[in-house]
Amino acid sequence: MTKAEIVEQIYERVGFSKKEAAELVEKVFDIMKETLADGEKVKISGFGNFVVREKNARKGRNPQTGQEILLEARRVLTFKPSLVLKNILNDEVEDEGAGDDAAANAPTIPEESA
Amino acid sequence: MTKSGLIEEVAKRTPHISKKDTEVVVNTIFDSMIDSLKEGDRIEIRGFGSFQVKMREAREGRNPKTGEPVHISAKRTPFFKVGKELKEMVDQSPAEAPASQGEGSESTPSV
Repeated sequence: MTKAEIVEQIYERVGFSKKEAAELVEKVFDIMKETLADGEKVKISGFGNFVVREKNARKGRNPQTGQEILLEARRVLTFKPSLVLKNILNDEVEDEGAGDDAAANAPTIPEESA
Repeated sequence: MTKSGLIEEVAKRTPHISKKDTEVVVNTIFDSMIDSLKEGDRIEIRGFGSFQVKMREAREGRNPKTGEPVHISAKRTPFFKVGKELKEMVDQSPAEAPASQGEGSESTPSV
């Protein structure tokens, strides 16, 4: 799935014009990027949390040559999927209604794969 | 920033689209992404990152409290790989004092 396909889905599901849908999709990811670049986390309930983590400098090793290298302190982005999402992905495997209710029971809209 | 904060910010930048519509669209974005992952599809958002569902093998785990061995069955887990552009944005952001702690400050300077 790409941004274009998300736009297509918005058009199919809620009948929103593709032009405006595309504009909104663009804005959504732009704003998430800006927020994360500021070091602020982004929490999307039912989906997951994007969190910026500080990594301290440490000594590493080039796994090929075994040579020691210094890895500088850096900030990385991590994603922690929500329990709801994890359950959705496994609902055929284990059918436990634990966790959140709203998103887990979301009606499955019939969709033609775009 | 939460989803509602995100909706608010998007609405602020698209004054020609009603906030209600913005909300519907933002929700549809994440719903369709979830459905895509459910199908086992990979999602690639240029400049942001990609999401992929991977299979985790069944394994023998342990209850950390009791030390009792437990069987953990195979499951599907979503993985996110940050895109190059966002990765660099996050790492190079000038904010020396991490704003990540200031949870209450939802006010991002708007343009």
